[in-house]
Amino acid sequence: MWARAVWLGLRAPLGGRRGFTSKADPQGSGRVTADVIEHLERLALVDFGSREAVARLEKAIAFADRLHAVHTDGVEPMESVLEDRCLYLRSDNVVEGNCAEELLQNSHRVVEEYFVAPPGNISLPKLDEQEPFPHS
Amino acid sequence: MAAPVLRWGCSGTCSALAWVYGVSRRRRGAPTGSTSNWIRGQSSLAQQPLHTARKPRKGEHEWAAVVGLEIHAQISSNSKLFSGSQVCFAAPPNSLVSFFDASLPGTLPVLNRRCVEAAVMTGLALNCHINKKSLFDRKHYFYADLPAGYQITQQRLPIAVNGSLTYGICVGKTRRQVTARTVRVKQIQLEQDSGKSLHDDLRSQTLVDLNRAGIGLLELVLEPDLSCGEEAATAVRELQLILQALGTSQANMAEGQLRVDANVSVHHPGEPLGVRTEVKNLNSIRFLAKAIDYEIQRQIKELEDGGEILNETRSFDYKLGCTVPMRDKEGKQDYRFMPEPNLPPLLLYDATSLPAGADSQQVINIDQIRERLPELPSVTRERLVQQYGMLPEHSFTLLNEVGLLEFFQNVIKETRAEPKKVTSWVLNTFLGYLKQQNLAVRESPVTASALAELLDLLDSKAISSSAAKQVFEELWKNEGKTPSQIVSEKKLELMQDQEALEQLCHSVMQGHPQVVMDVKKGNPRAINKLIGLVRKATLSRADPAVIKATLEKQLSCHGSCPPA
Repeated sequence: MWARAVWLGLRAPLGGRRGFTSKADPQGSGRVTADVIEHLERLALVDFGSREAVARLEKAIAFADRLHAVHTDGVEPMESVLEDRCLYLRSDNVVEGNCAEELLQNSHRVVEEYFVAPPGNISLPKLDEQEPFPHS
Repeated sequence: MAAPVLRWGCSGTCSALAWVYGVSRRRRGAPTGSTSNWIRGQSSLAQQPLHTARKPRKGEHEWAAVVGLEIHAQISSNSKLFSGSQVCFAAPPNSLVSFFDASLPGTLPVLNRRCVEAAVMTGLALNCHINKKSLFDRKHYFYADLPAGYQITQQRLPIAVNGSLTYGICVGKTRRQVTARTVRVKQIQLEQDSGKSLHDDLRSQTLVDLNRAGIGLLELVLEPDLSCGEEAATAVRELQLILQALGTSQANMAEGQLRVDANVSVHHPGEPLGVRTEVKNLNSIRFLAKAIDYEIQRQIKELEDGGEILNETRSFDYKLGCTVPMRDKEGKQDYRFMPEPNLPPLLLYDATSLPAGADSQQVINIDQIRERLPELPSVTRERLVQQYGMLPEHSFTLLNEVGLLEFFQNVIKETRAEPKKVTSWVLNTFLGYLKQQNLAVRESPVTASALAELLDLLDSKAISSSAAKQVFEELWKNEGKTPSQIVSEKKLELMQDQEALEQLCHSVMQGHPQVVMDVKKGNPRAINKLIGLVRKATLSRADPAVIKATLEKQLSCHGSCPPA
């Protein structure tokens, strides 16, 4: 249930590029610094819009830290739950494609059978350019 | 382009560079393998390491450049790496895209057997260790032509590691001698290609075509053992030839089947490596060399002026011949690598580990692939040298020029002439004409059969060597005539009538008594004058050797044996 709460917290809208200065906040555990938050915001394009979101993140990390309780000395790490399955090899034949019309229907904007996207990546403003977040 | 501060010509030999760059490889130890003459250039000071031959004076700047290459080769296959849509160069936009390629939810990757075989073949050809178990990972970054938001690659455990690529570089003042050098291959991995973005700056938008998204790529990471543009270009050319010989990739840079990114840094020998920049957008081997050399020069100048090098990505502007910083690159990227959860490890087998009763479609046997490897360029060259007695540099030229080897072999097949003659005619005359008019072998007006016929005429002494050159020039005009026709039209046949020749010799000698006297006095050059006169008289239709023999016979008779 916590996981879902964290997930919801992370799914904040992209508007309002506001950062969070946990250093200034007396209640912050300080474990997740402002730099890390900013870094995460750029990487995953999420918005830690509120203090609660960061608190949830910190709780999620603490929850996951409980994995350290398991003794793993001498145990080979698992790569994936499929690691003892056989990787199926497909023969090199053309069996799909040719559905441009169907695929283009998914796109909001289309120009002559091309998907339309904004020019390049929109760069995020830096931390110090953002408005300081009001403590709620 | 700004005037360079340090003059050095990489258009010449690497020996010209050596004194500027010093020997950077000393610190890293000798490369593995063959006769790597890694103390480069300076053929006159051949085996002397640079830093003892010329001690750097105090305050003098000696720079070493370090170049590492990352090469992406598009695998030549019918369908894509993880989906069954077609691989094809020019097709209507988004027509070769499956649901998986468009990263619609609910789709899963299914590995293409042919791509794995291609990776194993390439790894074996480059002397790599093939990992019997390799893993797939996700590399995350956001870009419009990467619909999934991640690329499936092999970061943790690639399919092949620790190989070597040997290439031959021309050294010496005449650039005739070919010496072997090696660059280590760090790893080869399978990964997905991204789609294509067309930037429309006018309307501030990007048009995305996903036909290329999902095509299998071989990423080859080379260790930074290279030190200038020429070495990089030669190594890449050799890799192209290998990939083409294997059939794993068509490796055509112009069509984007081979993409090279260069990491360039400079430093003083003995000091730690400098900050490196990445140079992208190199779509021909020539530009690769130019871009690397420009970047080396730029970095040296920047550092000498007291500036510093930023760890950035630069693009090569081929019109201006310089590298420029690329926009859109925000500092260091964090790709958040994670294992690809939808793909189990890729297991490969060899003859000893092959499970009994396994479905041959589902297992890949490394030993079987090794046995079926086609002939590699280095082996072909060796064979040419052994079989036809040509010099190593000739074999390099034959393989380097597209279609030339096939042309050469066709001529050999159809002619009686000696291989050495064929080699000489193909590499000097034929290639010379092609280069002069900037033509490819397939555009040649002279066919292999025509050249073979010409060489037969020469071999049977029906025509002289100079006549043959004339015939070749006529053939080049491509008027549809055969060599024999040209010979008879222009009356270029060698004089076969010995009596007539003797008459001519006699009359020439009678007409030039002074020269005859010179010959009798023992002047070695006088006989050549006589030969020249007789040749003119025969309208160049007599073999100089035969003329000489006839003259000598007549001279020894002291003119007392009149012609019959």
